[in-house]
Amino acid sequence: MAKEQTPIETERLVGSTIDILAPKESPSDQLIPLLKRNQGIDLETDLIAKIQVNCSAVERRTNTLKNRRTVKSHWQTAWLIKAITLMDLTTLAGDDTTGRVQRLAAKALNPVSNAILKELQIDGFPVKVGAVCVYHEMIAEALKSLENTGIPVAAVSTGFPAGQTPFYLRLAEIKESVSKGANEIDVVIPRRHVLTEKWQALYNEIHSFKEACGQAKMKVIIATGELGTLRNIAKTSMVCMMAGADFIKTSTGKESVNATLPVSLVMVRTIRSYFELTGNRVGFKPAGGISKAKESLQYLMLIKEELGNRWLEPDLFRFGASSLLNDIERQLEHLATGRYSASYRHPQG
Amino acid sequence: MDTLNIFKTMEYGPAPESRSDADQWLASFDHTFGHYIDGTFWTSKKPVYFNTINPANGELLAQISTGTKEDVNLAVKAAQTAQNDWSKSGGFNRARFLYAIARSIQKHARILAVLETLDNGKPIRETRDIDIPLVARHFYFHAGMAQIGDSELADRVPFGVCGQIIPWNFPLLMLAWKIAPAIALGNTVVLKPSEHTPLTSLFFAHMLSEIQLPPGVVNIVTGDGETGEYIVQHPKVQKLAFTGSTSVGKRITSLAAEQNKSLTLELGGKSPFIVCSDADLDSAVEGIVDAIWLNQGEVCCAGSRLLVQEAIAETFLKKVRQRMDTLRVGSPLDKSIDIGTIISHEQRQNISQMVALGKSENGQIYQPETNIPVEGFFYPPTLISGLTPSSVLMREEIFGPVLVSMTFRTHEEAIRLANNSRYGLAASIWSENINTALEIAHEIESGVVWINTTNEFDAACGFGGYKESGFGREGGWEGIYYYTKSKPPKAQKHISTTGRKDIPKELSLPIIDQTQKNYIAGKKARPDSGYSLPVFNPQGNIVGRIGKGNRKDVRNAVEAANSGKSWKHTSLYNRSQILFYMAENLSMRSNEFADRLQLQTTYNHVEAMHEVQSSIEVLFYFASWADKFDGKIHRVSNNKTVMAVNEPLGTVGVVCPDNFPLLGFVSMVASLISMGNRCIVVPSESSPLSSIDFTQIIDTSDVPNGVINVVTGIHSDLVDPMVKHDGINAVWYAGHSDLYIQVNKLSIGNLKRIWILENNLNFWYSPISAYGKEFLKHSVEVKNIWIPYGE
Repeated sequence: MAKEQTPIETERLVGSTIDILAPKESPSDQLIPLLKRNQGIDLETDLIAKIQVNCSAVERRTNTLKNRRTVKSHWQTAWLIKAITLMDLTTLAGDDTTGRVQRLAAKALNPVSNAILKELQIDGFPVKVGAVCVYHEMIAEALKSLENTGIPVAAVSTGFPAGQTPFYLRLAEIKESVSKGANEIDVVIPRRHVLTEKWQALYNEIHSFKEACGQAKMKVIIATGELGTLRNIAKTSMVCMMAGADFIKTSTGKESVNATLPVSLVMVRTIRSYFELTGNRVGFKPAGGISKAKESLQYLMLIKEELGNRWLEPDLFRFGASSLLNDIERQLEHLATGRYSASYRHPQG
Repeated sequence: MDTLNIFKTMEYGPAPESRSDADQWLASFDHTFGHYIDGTFWTSKKPVYFNTINPANGELLAQISTGTKEDVNLAVKAAQTAQNDWSKSGGFNRARFLYAIARSIQKHARILAVLETLDNGKPIRETRDIDIPLVARHFYFHAGMAQIGDSELADRVPFGVCGQIIPWNFPLLMLAWKIAPAIALGNTVVLKPSEHTPLTSLFFAHMLSEIQLPPGVVNIVTGDGETGEYIVQHPKVQKLAFTGSTSVGKRITSLAAEQNKSLTLELGGKSPFIVCSDADLDSAVEGIVDAIWLNQGEVCCAGSRLLVQEAIAETFLKKVRQRMDTLRVGSPLDKSIDIGTIISHEQRQNISQMVALGKSENGQIYQPETNIPVEGFFYPPTLISGLTPSSVLMREEIFGPVLVSMTFRTHEEAIRLANNSRYGLAASIWSENINTALEIAHEIESGVVWINTTNEFDAACGFGGYKESGFGREGGWEGIYYYTKSKPPKAQKHISTTGRKDIPKELSLPIIDQTQKNYIAGKKARPDSGYSLPVFNPQGNIVGRIGKGNRKDVRNAVEAANSGKSWKHTSLYNRSQILFYMAENLSMRSNEFADRLQLQTTYNHVEAMHEVQSSIEVLFYFASWADKFDGKIHRVSNNKTVMAVNEPLGTVGVVCPDNFPLLGFVSMVASLISMGNRCIVVPSESSPLSSIDFTQIIDTSDVPNGVINVVTGIHSDLVDPMVKHDGINAVWYAGHSDLYIQVNKLSIGNLKRIWILENNLNFWYSPISAYGKEFLKHSVEVKNIWIPYGE
């Protein structure tokens, strides 16, 4: 094949300036120090009835979102540290003991080893998790272990995980945990009210839970894996926020399907609608099934894209996770040293 | 980098894809490329080069050869030489090569993605996740077509050498859409990539050498429009396929007109994106991102025309604007970028001018304050709302990241506004009500309809337009028909024409005078001219008179036909019954029709009866198919069904052959109306009386008024107003060959579908055995309706 040898000149065409015709809208998500607490509004059944969710379109969005954004090197480090600070380190098992809770609290205070932080040149930065989440009987031990650390203690409540105990007992359970000193209460909803579309009944129960919580933050677990459709998930999220939820949370971790990106997308879009309706910011907590560092980044990107940076703070976003931290530690070590780590090299919780 | 600062701002940071392998490959060719002809890269003695640049920063990527007439001749010659062996080598052999191509695409997936992004300026996410996987899928699918083609398409043969010209917006994907079906079925190819984006085509050529595809099967000649014209005009190129702008498509049609080549055109669009008040609005907003901000909006089927129901318009547009604020515009090689750069400075200027026009049309313009790189040809995502159907921006294609919008009140109005366009490529409908969605889907005039989704493609599904968005389909079984033609049937035994017998007895008696008029809207209509023409028998005696039709008669017939639109919605059972009934009524009068044929032609009684009987059988044939020519269901994935629906073309002009005065008329009309079309028929010029007599059969067979209209006269007088009439969607021409070129050329105005029928005994007497399906296929357009599902 005959080829002409012509030297390549590097041409540079400089683009002309583009006329930006529209003025910039004022950014809606400036960082604000204090959150106005959601007090709820009256149930608006018309609005609930109009909620539409298209499942396949939601899946398309979450499938492509994973590939629309990525973070590398320093940015990945910062984002993974962010994920740790948004984590509710959780133990919710029948065999929980005070010893187990002490170990968990120790991990909550030192989630990443200093050696790694030093390598990443952020060793002066106090990295700690968002909260520790336990059963009622473990509240006292958790409080004791976390005294003066600023890490809140969350307790699951209201007949967790099924919510099928008598209503007055569920209310009493909340009050009992609050009086024990729990800062946050994770309540479960009666799924039967969703499946029979008794929105008023659901609203009433959650509203009563909120009153029982008093100053404690109410995180409402809607158990997405048991609600049947994404449409039901959106409607339930909206009813719970109208009834005063401070957070809505996907799952107990005990359903067969827990947090997924499609479910989360539907819930955060509903949070946005509620914010547009009332001006109140409600937090979001995906729980169960998130165990990989990469997945945690996908959740953070979902939140950043759909709700903005304001929601990437511990007062508005939490991961409910138990094994996620270990994977993030391994990833951070890789970023620090260029070597992939083994899980046994990181201290257990 | 300050990690703690990132922790506070939560910015994404840069994430560049490496380009080193692509650069190495370019360097291995010294950044200079020849054409790929006969299995080797080839450069003429005095090559003229043009530059291909990276539109993101203007850097010169490589020098590309400008294809001369000699280059094209060589390529066509190579293709021609290779074609016979390739075609005869069998489906299994060709399938192995297509499979090797598919595999090879997957092996080189990342370098192809990077090259495409460098050359075109679209985000690496798209080339990596959309373009290249679809390219591999297309070759896999057509490997399968090659394999089963020997048995499933035994009645089809390849065209021979295909000339293919592709655009710069999806360079490699368009190459795949063109080459895969062509070579799968035994054609060979000369393809010209766009002068803006030749690199992936050249890499593809390089790959073909690796897999040792027989030389000449695929030839790639680079160059600009002039090179393209050499391909279009080359007499040995039997099939042309073009994807690009409607204006160039019209020019190609005009250039190809004289040679009457088979043509597939995939052209522009102004595709409606319809959002009903009961839609999932957040998902619809995301749909818009995929519709108009995919590939910088440089997509022929981009959902560029937003029609939003008035009740939710304000809420919806607010959501769109919010979403626009988070779109990231920037370096196409960055993995976190949504919108890359426009292809060229000129294209960006066009876009800017259109947006300025939108401002002057009182559109409200929104552009987010996104960081736009200074280098390159970037343009921000833009929304222009508050427009009306008469705004230029609602009608003309912008081909950039610019969405224009207006409101509608009812579904019926949405359909009307959606169809108020000379284009008809694609449509996207957003509604959670299946009744609404499916109704709009069926009523919209476009080749693809997406329900609650958009810009979805799959090799199993046909893609292509209605109206001025072009014709032909690419992909699926539909696409295959555009790269093959019917195998000619075995020659019919010629019926002896022993010269005519005496005039039948009763006609020798004094007869009551007969006045033959036009037949329009179910009524006999006197010709506008007030003149009549004599009809002669072969001996030169006058045997009757017909009206001398003119353009006004054609105009009136089109009005009548277009008022008969309900025929499209008539049940298939009903259409079938009417066609059977026509056969019954013709059969009752077969002697009379035979006599009339004898009167006008050299037929003897046996021959005349043979034509009448054949006409009756043809009516039975199309009556039978009326309720059986079904579409297809494509299962694309476990939650996506695509319905490929056969839809009528609309109003079709029909020019009958001189020979077979009854059979020609009946075959064309029966096929067209069996599929729901209306027609305007110009009968045989020399023997028109049988067609006019046939209007009495129409009258007595419950055919609704306006479905069949007949205008008699001189073909050369009537062809011009018929083909030039924009109210006619297609023309079937079986008249004198001296009018072929005129028919082809005049069709360009609204890109009518033209079918030039053969005019020989073999053709007309074989509709049932060989050509029946061909008639039916020419009677319909295929619409692919995508229906994702799941809760």
